[in-house]
This record gives sequence, C-alpha cells and structure tokens, in this order.
Amino acid sequence: MRSKVTDALLNGELPLPPRPDYLRHGSTISSWLITTDHKRIAILYAITITVFFFMGGAAITAVRLELFEPNGWLLTSDTYNKLFSFHGIVMVWFFLVPSIPNTLGNFLLPLMIGAPDVAFPRLNLFSWYLTIAAGMLTVYALVAGGVDTGWTFYTPYSTMFSNSHVFAAAAGVFVVGFASIATGVNFIATTHMLRAPGMTWFRLPLFVWAIYATSIIMVLATPVLAISLLLVIAERWLGLPIFDPAQGGDPILFQHLFWFYSHPAVYIMVLPAMGVVSEVIPCFARRRIFGYDFMVYAMVAIAGIGFFVWGHHMFVSGQSIYASLIFSFLSFIIAVPSAIKVFNWTASLYRGQISFDSPMLYALGFVGLFTTGGLSGLFLASIPVDVHVTDTYFVVAHFHYIMVGGSVSAFFAGLHFWWPKITGKMYPDGWARFAAILMYAGFNMTFLPQFFAGYLGMPRRYHTYPPEFQIYNVMSSAGAAVLAAAYLLPLGYFAWSLFYGTRAGNNPWRATGLEWTTTSPPPPKNFDRQPRVDRGPYDYHAAGQSAGTDPPEVQNAREVV
Amino acid sequence: MTDTSTQLREPWANFSRQQEAGKFGIWVFLASEVLFFGALMLTYTVCRIEHTEAFAAAGRETNIWYGTANTAILLTSSLTMAMAAQAAAAPERFRRLVLGCLLTTAALGLAFLVVKGFEYKEDIDKHLVPGSHFALPQAGAQLFYGLYWLITGVHAVHLSIGIVLVSRLILLGYLRKIELRENPEVEVTALYWHLVDIVWIFLYPLIYLPGRAS
Repeated sequence: MRSKVTDALLNGELPLPPRPDYLRHGSTISSWLITTDHKRIAILYAITITVFFFMGGAAITAVRLELFEPNGWLLTSDTYNKLFSFHGIVMVWFFLVPSIPNTLGNFLLPLMIGAPDVAFPRLNLFSWYLTIAAGMLTVYALVAGGVDTGWTFYTPYSTMFSNSHVFAAAAGVFVVGFASIATGVNFIATTHMLRAPGMTWFRLPLFVWAIYATSIIMVLATPVLAISLLLVIAERWLGLPIFDPAQGGDPILFQHLFWFYSHPAVYIMVLPAMGVVSEVIPCFARRRIFGYDFMVYAMVAIAGIGFFVWGHHMFVSGQSIYASLIFSFLSFIIAVPSAIKVFNWTASLYRGQISFDSPMLYALGFVGLFTTGGLSGLFLASIPVDVHVTDTYFVVAHFHYIMVGGSVSAFFAGLHFWWPKITGKMYPDGWARFAAILMYAGFNMTFLPQFFAGYLGMPRRYHTYPPEFQIYNVMSSAGAAVLAAAYLLPLGYFAWSLFYGTRAGNNPWRATGLEWTTTSPPPPKNFDRQPRVDRGPYDYHAAGQSAGTDPPEVQNAREVV
Repeated sequence: MTDTSTQLREPWANFSRQQEAGKFGIWVFLASEVLFFGALMLTYTVCRIEHTEAFAAAGRETNIWYGTANTAILLTSSLTMAMAAQAAAAPERFRRLVLGCLLTTAALGLAFLVVKGFEYKEDIDKHLVPGSHFALPQAGAQLFYGLYWLITGVHAVHLSIGIVLVSRLILLGYLRKIELRENPEVEVTALYWHLVDIVWIFLYPLIYLPGRAS
C-alpha cells in the first residue's frame, strides 16, 4: 500500500505532505547555528571541511608548483616547510578525520538504524563548535607566520628548535581531538541505544559498522594524541622537560605516543570509506554484499589490530630489533582483513547487473586505488625494504593512495550516492561520471611517479632535489593540476543541482536501507512512523535468485509497519 | 513513580532508555579518559625505569603529609558523591540528603585544591620547578618534576571541572530548575567524579612513595 502512495506522490498525483523537510524547517541563521538536528549539523560539517579541504589544497598547489624546478623558483625554503606542514595538519585533522564520519556519518547513522536523531544531539553540536574553534587556532598559526614541523610535530625539533608557531598549531589539533572524542562517544551510544525494533547487530548496514568501529578508535586513540601534544606544549611553553635529552628525556618516546594515535588514525580515515563503498557496490551491482559476516569481522579486526602496528613507523628510530620484528609481523597480519574486504567487494560484483553511475565509478576507483596503496604498504611493513625507502616519496605515494585515492574517492562516492537524499535534487550524472574518471586519472598521474622517485631515493619534505628526479616531479605536478580540476568540478555541478536539478524522489537508485524509505530530503525527525526491520541489509535479488522477488521498493515498504 | 515527562529529551521515546544511554555514554567517555591518563602514566613509567635513582631522590622531596591529607579528602568526597547518587536514584524523596551530600562533595573538592595550592607554594619555595634554579642535582630529577607539575595540573583541571558539574547540580536542584530524584545527571556526574578520584589513587604512590617505600 505504502509504495503506491509513495509512487503517487512522486508522480505528482497527490499534494506533498504539508510538513517541511529538515532544510526548510527553519531558514534563519540561528536556526542553523543552534540546531541539534543531526542532518543540519552534517551540513555544517560539510561546509566546514570543504573550506579546510580547499585551504589544504591551496597550500599543496604552491608546493607542487615549486617542485617543477629542481632548485625551486617560487618559494623560500622556510615558506616551503610551512606550506607542506599546514597541508598535512589541515588535511589530516580538519578534513580526513572528520570527513566521512561527521558529514555522511552524522547524516546517515540515525537514518540507517531508524532513529530520530543521535543519542546526544547537543553534544553533537558542541563537537562542531569545538572543530570551528580548533580550526581557527590552526588557521591563526598559519596567518601568524606558519608552523614548520611537518604534521608529525617530532621532538626535539618541535620542542627545542623550531621558531614557528608550534603552540597554536598543536593547540588546534589538541582541541579538535576533543571534537573527535565527543563524536565517537555519541556515535557509539547511538548505535547501541537507538536501533529500531528488529535492527539487530547483524542486520546493520556495513556503513554503520564502519562508523562504529571508527568511533571506537576515535575514543581510545585520540586521548593519547592529546597527551603527546600536551607534553610538547608543556615542554615548549612551561619549560617542563619531558623529551629533552639534556635532562635525560627521550625524544623517541614522543614518536611512540604520537604513532599510537596516528597509526590507528589511518583507520579512522579509511574504515568509513570502506563502509561507503560497501553500500554503493551492492546497489549498483544489484547484488547482496558477498560475505557480510566477514566484512564485519574484518572491520573489527582492522580496528583492533590497528592499535598494535604503530612501531612500523619507527623501524629506523633505533627501537629494539625484536620490537621491529613484532611490529612488522603485525603489519603484515593487518593486511589480511583488508584483503578480505577487497576480495568481498570484487566477489559482490560477480554476476551482478552492474551499472556505471557516478557513485559506482568513484567506488570502483576506491577499490583499485586502495588495493594499490595497501599492496605498497606491504613493502613498508617489510623491514629491509622499509629501511631503504624510509622518508622517501615512496612513503608519500603509499599513504596518499590510501588516504586520498582511497578515502577521498569513497567520500565522493558517498556524496554522489546520498546527494539526492541529502538535498532532494539530482545532479547531472554525465558531468559526475566525467569528474570521477578525471579524478582517477589525475590521481594516478600525480602519485604513481612518486613511487618511482621514492624508490630511486628522493627524500620527502625536501625543498630541492637532484635534476634526475625532475621528470617525476613534473609528471606529478601536471597530474596535480588534473586532480585539482576534478575536485573543483563537483563544486560546480552540485551547486547547479541545488537550483536547477530535477527532484530526486525517495529512492532514485532503487537501493535498500532504511534511509531510502523516508522522503528526500527527510523530515526533521527522519521518519513519520517508527520503522521496524525484519531482514538484513542489501536485499538486492535478481529475479528468481532467492525467495524475495519483489522490487526493493516493495520490500522496503514491508519494513515499515 | 515520578512524573518523568519533564526530564525526557529528544531523541528518546522513554525515560529509562534515556537514563541508560546517559550512563552508557559516560562510561565510553571514561574509557577515553583512562587512555588519557594512561598515556601520562606510561610516560612516567618509561622515565622512571631510565632514572630509578633520580626518581627516588626526587620523590623524597615531595611533601607526603599534603599528599596523604589530599588522598583522605578525595576518598571521603567519593563517599559523599556515592551517597548522593544512591539517594537520588531511590524512588523516595531524599532531596535534602542529595543536596547535602553534593554540597559536601563540592566542598571537599575545593579543600583538595586549597591543600594542593599550599603544596605548590612549598614546592616553588623549595625550587622544585624545572629550570636553571632547580634544587636537585641528579640527572632525571627534572623529568620527575616536569611530570609532577603536568600530571597534578591536569588532574586539578579535571577536579575543577568536576566541582563545576557538582555545583551546577546543587544550584539547579536547590532552585528546583531540575528534579534531582531519578535524574541520570547525578549518576553521570558521580561516575566522572569517581574517575578523578581513582586517577588520584594511582598518582599518590607514583608521586609520593618513590624513595620512601623501599
């Protein structure tokens, strides 16, 4: 019955419900700035991280322009150091860490589990204000003259020698960490406490599992980052010696504390991406996800083992060789659940009815780039190879394949997939597909040459380089221009769609999942009636393959009692 | 039963679920806090293993009387806090008992900070602040006091936040802006208070007993 009503609404036969959706529920500035609606907070985050993304992007554009010439032509060495440090700090803590969890996660988590909001709506808003305050501190560090420690704040350089604005930058990251913890607590409590009747743990969409696993890492790892930065601040400004070798302190201890957070942070950035891709691929292959249970176990395993591999960042730091052996072994082990996921995404495509809409193109791009990044990670987990390529562009290429090729592609996949739900509008899919392919090409042009340059010995973070590396750097910088165009395009057609896009309808992709059963954009409390769930996610059946032969809309309608 | 409709907040459908979620949320946050102080204690442990003698010598310079008095104060405050939480959770009317216990808790917390202030003054007079005028010659003694100031400072900040939270409950409860009976905020505040107390129980031997216990 319900699906007939919905269809009739779509065809314009009945008037739309009189209640305004969450976007039109209030139009004043303050209705946005003091909102506790998770969907509006998601929009606030989206605007914020877009600004930071283009700030970090602008910084690295200058760096890539500079690297056209072996001896530079544009920047002083000092400015160069400050630009790549700013790029790293902003991109890691103000774009990648909050990107998928705080925008798509905020928007979708309650919708996917059939809840009216997150568990602590005011805490959710508070977390956004913390992010803004932290961002202002970090931007202040740039405006006041910049910070030149790199995003890693290594001691003793950061505590004893750097003459730049370490305090403001470190304080910014310290504060944004609390935003991260608040979000993590909120999402964990939401997943535990607000699931709709019938939404058992193993009926959760994999995106929810991904956000849940990510939140656990945020809650348990971020406080250690806070402490390591607090110790740097205390040593630098209060003169309390902690890492000072002259007083018997140990600078390497900082690296242990820092990487205890910052390696799991990689999984904060990539697990949500895996969640997005696990939603997109089944929808556009019209197939149930292959091996749902193992997808869940793999994510939990990645989150757990991820805490015990940090030492692979420190193979050349002088740590015990036995420690290095164990960290190397565990780093190989963590590749296993990652590989399970790649195989399962691929197997989900097998015998599917694949359509190459733009979200699918981005998602397939993710699988390819993440696999490349992951396999290059095995080189780095292997101690003899790592000693050779430590602190070279090989490492830079590796982690950009994971964090930009992987996470950012998946972020765009999710943005294109849920854009109709978030805004109620369709974007021009032709442009979107063009941007997806351009991004894949531009990304590989930028970062593939860096593997070669790094393997041949070009160190990272150096301002100048021997002329024989110029060919790789010119290729990389040219690719970066293509990549920049691919990042700017969606800004254009998404904005266009807001004004001129056609109405999306509740479920334009014929996807399963509770978020597609409500209107687009959803009403303020998400669902008119409390949803009930009687089946697992990814109920995409080709006719004749299983008991359920109804189209997904009908199946979805049955979930709502 | 109390009329809980005034305490029910979005997005909860019923009050017991909201109570449960509040407690669950604070437990998750406390897990985060454990890692926060855990990282500090790890730093302390690494430094102490490298400089056992210096840490013993530096530990002997702390004032164990202030430290012991503060331990007693904080443990007592946890007792009154627990009594407040239990009395608030009971269905009977214990409003005055709850308010009295909360007031005692906040007062004991303040007393801790006052004692700590006297101790800090003595430490400054004895030149136990790391820097060029530092009193102890041993290599590594400055590390002990660097960590001492940082850890006790971070703990004092946590305690101050706790005092603010308890005072908020007292004020709103006294003015009847909130109903204290069966209000999950009392237990949530209590759990936070106990964490601050437990952290101190770990800090006491780390700070005051090196060089004295053996």
